[in-house]
Amino acid sequence: MSAPVYNFAYLDEQTKRMIRRAILKAIAIPGYQVPFASREMPMPYGWGTGGVQVTASILGPDDKLKVIDQGSDDTTNAVSIRKFFVKTAGVETTTKTNEATVIQTRHRIPEQALTEDQVLVYQVPIPEPLRFLEPRETETRRMHALSEYGLMHVKLYEDIARHGHIATTYAYPVEVGGRYVMDPSPIPKFDNPKLSDSAALQLFGAGREKRIYAIPPHTHVKSLDFEDHPFEPYRHDAQCELCGAMDSYLDEVITDDAGTRMFVCSDTDFCEDRRAAGHHGPQGGPVAAIEKEGAHG
Amino acid sequence: MLDITANTPEFDPAYASQAAFRALMECMARPGEIRTLKGADAPAPFAPATAALIKSLADYETPLWLDAAFAVDKKVADWIRFHTSAPVVHDPADAAFALVADARAMPDFGRFAQGTSEYPDRSTTVIVQIDGFSGDAITLKGPGIKTTRAFSAAPLPADFAARMADNRALFPRGIDLVFVAGHDIAALPRSAMIEEH
Repeated sequence: MSAPVYNFAYLDEQTKRMIRRAILKAIAIPGYQVPFASREMPMPYGWGTGGVQVTASILGPDDKLKVIDQGSDDTTNAVSIRKFFVKTAGVETTTKTNEATVIQTRHRIPEQALTEDQVLVYQVPIPEPLRFLEPRETETRRMHALSEYGLMHVKLYEDIARHGHIATTYAYPVEVGGRYVMDPSPIPKFDNPKLSDSAALQLFGAGREKRIYAIPPHTHVKSLDFEDHPFEPYRHDAQCELCGAMDSYLDEVITDDAGTRMFVCSDTDFCEDRRAAGHHGPQGGPVAAIEKEGAHG
Repeated sequence: MLDITANTPEFDPAYASQAAFRALMECMARPGEIRTLKGADAPAPFAPATAALIKSLADYETPLWLDAAFAVDKKVADWIRFHTSAPVVHDPADAAFALVADARAMPDFGRFAQGTSEYPDRSTTVIVQIDGFSGDAITLKGPGIKTTRAFSAAPLPADFAARMADNRALFPRGIDLVFVAGHDIAALPRSAMIEEH
């Protein structure tokens, strides 16, 4: 029996046209959430169905795809999405940030600066930055229409009143091109500065919530803050135990029952590149990086 | 005589559509930048790139409006209906895409769908055929442009810069423009601003 045959990149052509039209509007109106007729995908909501539909609609046979989940190329979500596109589109995949033309991401922006030949596709769980403040879609839509974002500033102010600082650490709200307030997806606020003036096009897909939005290249993206409480990215005050990096975003890993912990780069490709180049931290030799190469799915 | 039912053999619905869309996506993301498409055959006055974009983006969900130069030959509407199933509409305010072959006589931007404050995406994308990307340059800035970018297109209506300023003043409402010259395309999304000299 022959295997089921899919259209290129799984989606049918009418669906791709619909998504492509939404992407064009999203680019023309930076930060505005364009509604689209999200399809059921052969994976559950929460596994990146929005990002997958955006990627499937832009992908061509010559693209080289990289997929990361929390910065890592080899976690379940990243491996299964990569395999999905190998099977349905036959595209080449890579774990190298600088070799990829399309990068689909869940919750991180690669450490390495992106180029104008790359597109970054975000998986978004809840696209509406105002949703936890105002549950009614009719109201949040009107608030966006009127640029009425006072409520968001009240929320940030309440953080300061309660904790002494803005305690939002991920999905930190941003203002795109001086107009729309946007949820950058649950990236750590460490990554927020990379949203602004990027050379790459950034596309955001929310499958369950049926929204697509975009940040064109070289667009100013401002993290919301106050004059006396300016936005500050957060990073653990530590170095990567494997590559010794002092400037990358770190994951905290518990290594035994006694609560011993280590910090490692969240961006696995960045860490491997550094180790291959001879950098190493207290626990990592440069050689281990090469051994790990074969492990990617 | 061109048979309207002929599907350009090399225009593959999956691969050629993707290539055409991807070029337009890059153009939208970088206003004023010019990309070259493979193009498709269609009755006059269709430019090859216009035909490729329509085949790639139009379907039964996207009403099309045709300017007088496009509407004069019935073969154009027949070709659109056969290849895309898109309805051809008489009122530009109902159109998802508008095709303009006579750029100088382009209708006032206000006649197209502008979107609403709550749904600014419900607006017309106007595809304008021109002779070429040359002539007096305007200076663009805004999202997608690092500093400024020079853009030329001819022919254009004499009051083009003023129309663009009015369109930008409506932001986030407004229309998006795609320019086509033969196989080359460029876009001016509503976010683009024209710098005053």
